[in-house]
Amino acid sequence: MSTTTFRVLPGFRLTLGYTLAYLSLLVLIPLAAVFLKTTTLGFEQFWSVVTSPRVVASYKLSFGASLLAASINAVFGLMLAWALVRYSFPGKKLIDALVDLPFALPTAVAGIALTALYAKNGWLGQYLDPLGIQVAFKPLGVLVALVFIGLPFVVRTVQPILEDLDTELEEAAASLGAHRWQTFRHVVLPILFPALLTGFALAFARAVGEYGSVIFIAGNLPMVSEITPLMIITKLEQYDYAGATAIATVMLVFSFILLLIINGLQAWTAKRTGRDR
Amino acid sequence: MKTPVSKLVRGLATVLFLSAGAALAQTSILNVSYDVSRELYKDLNPVFASQWKARTGQELSVNQSHGGSSKQALSVAAGLEADVITMNQAPDIDILVERGGLVAADWRKKFPHNATPYTTTSVFLVRKGNPKKIKDWDDLAKPGIGVIVPNPKTSGNGRYTYLAAWGYALEKTGSEAGARDFAQRLFANVPVLDGGGRGATTTFTQRDMGDVLVTFENEAILIARELGGNKFDIVYPSVSIDASAPVAVVKKVADKRKTTQVAEAYLNFLFSPEGQEIIANHYFRPRDPAVLKKHVTRFPAIRTFTVEQKLGGWDAVQKHHFADGAIYDQIVLGKR
Repeated sequence: MSTTTFRVLPGFRLTLGYTLAYLSLLVLIPLAAVFLKTTTLGFEQFWSVVTSPRVVASYKLSFGASLLAASINAVFGLMLAWALVRYSFPGKKLIDALVDLPFALPTAVAGIALTALYAKNGWLGQYLDPLGIQVAFKPLGVLVALVFIGLPFVVRTVQPILEDLDTELEEAAASLGAHRWQTFRHVVLPILFPALLTGFALAFARAVGEYGSVIFIAGNLPMVSEITPLMIITKLEQYDYAGATAIATVMLVFSFILLLIINGLQAWTAKRTGRDR
Repeated sequence: MKTPVSKLVRGLATVLFLSAGAALAQTSILNVSYDVSRELYKDLNPVFASQWKARTGQELSVNQSHGGSSKQALSVAAGLEADVITMNQAPDIDILVERGGLVAADWRKKFPHNATPYTTTSVFLVRKGNPKKIKDWDDLAKPGIGVIVPNPKTSGNGRYTYLAAWGYALEKTGSEAGARDFAQRLFANVPVLDGGGRGATTTFTQRDMGDVLVTFENEAILIARELGGNKFDIVYPSVSIDASAPVAVVKKVADKRKTTQVAEAYLNFLFSPEGQEIIANHYFRPRDPAVLKKHVTRFPAIRTFTVEQKLGGWDAVQKHHFADGAIYDQIVLGKR
């Protein structure tokens, strides 16, 4: 990157310095503390903590449910964004505001509300239970909670891109003989895809770290419905800081790798579709 | 400890300290306690404050902080300036002896009854009329019974339940293998493990999960009499565990803040007849025989054993049962 090109705002060094200091203070130093604390365990101890069967089962649930929830949000969040941008209907502003609600709601409230709703005596649960579908206190409940808290991310990242997207592009595609699916697949989707991936990554990251809402609906049975953040809390309850940070370290590394892959994928698709930033 | 959490705690402590300092001539102490003692201390504190004023002429405000007991103990270890700590299990005070000697090592000897002003025990709460005929611990391990207990890994309430069941089976079968088998069958009947006692209460009463809730007597009476709308009955098992609630002065903090005298008086007040009366009104079993006698209808006789008597003390219990990979873990992993 050349600093001699003209920039509207001067002060590259200043802003970079500020960026680094700010990031260090807020992100890097606390994370470094986590790693540092982990090192008080020997490698063997570390390995036995992070690979114990119960913890491994919790990784599967946490990362599996988070990926699935982010995928569900990618599909339905896109639909929601589409409806909000392309159509006008009464109450649109209201729905638009509702989308942000999972951001604002304390997660414990969300968890309790969802549990009340899906328990076998709840509004929804009473109809699902006879069908043999149990949501509350099952891994499915974890998924429901994670879908709930991740929803705004996809909608809010895709929405502005959709708003910028000229309908003329679609009309041009149609006039050249493309049918609807082709237009969507080859014209609309490639433009939206980077934003969609960003939303997906954000929803995923949020879901992996989620504790408050999940804990109420999960049931928390060992090997079945324990999420990784609960394993960390469990360690802390036993005054085992090092064990807790060991699991946290594994989560961080996993999450970082996955986010790196998603970001790489995003950069690649952006370049391919000529929307390099 | 240099985590952001400890910094936050320290920050909060500073805020509390400053806001207390603002009211100059006033003394204040902070009582850091566990989750469900909130209402109890809300009633106790003003009574003690007025006694203290009458005795010394000093305005006193007693601040309370409540949360999961281990978390609270960790906060104090990390710097939350508690003058006194009131918990529901001894390890949460012992940790403060280990971590930086915040509490005197002989804290049990500083107040009567091993520094436990009241006790409670683990009992059963069943649905009205006891449709599943649950009478004793044995019934909880039968197939087809849903048992709601809080997570023994994260809550003192759950830990006491597990130990009560263990002690019962140990007595009945006479062997550790028998106790283990029993605990395994019992925990196979648990469909949900909530983080704490209140969570388990909600799951049982509001979500309609399970046939029996095992919880502290005070919580059970509270639900049966006040919260549950007459939909539940209490069942007393043949034997249960003595869950005494320990208290201690956080010596290092009290020395620094020069509050040792008031902190000790505060804890002594818990053992006084007035304090014991308030304690009994919150359904905790008072130590004072006269007060206990007065409320005898509220507290049916039940045979109890202590962790020290039957299970070799908390250190042994922690190592033997609750440490990672120890018996509790083996039991819950073994069933699936």
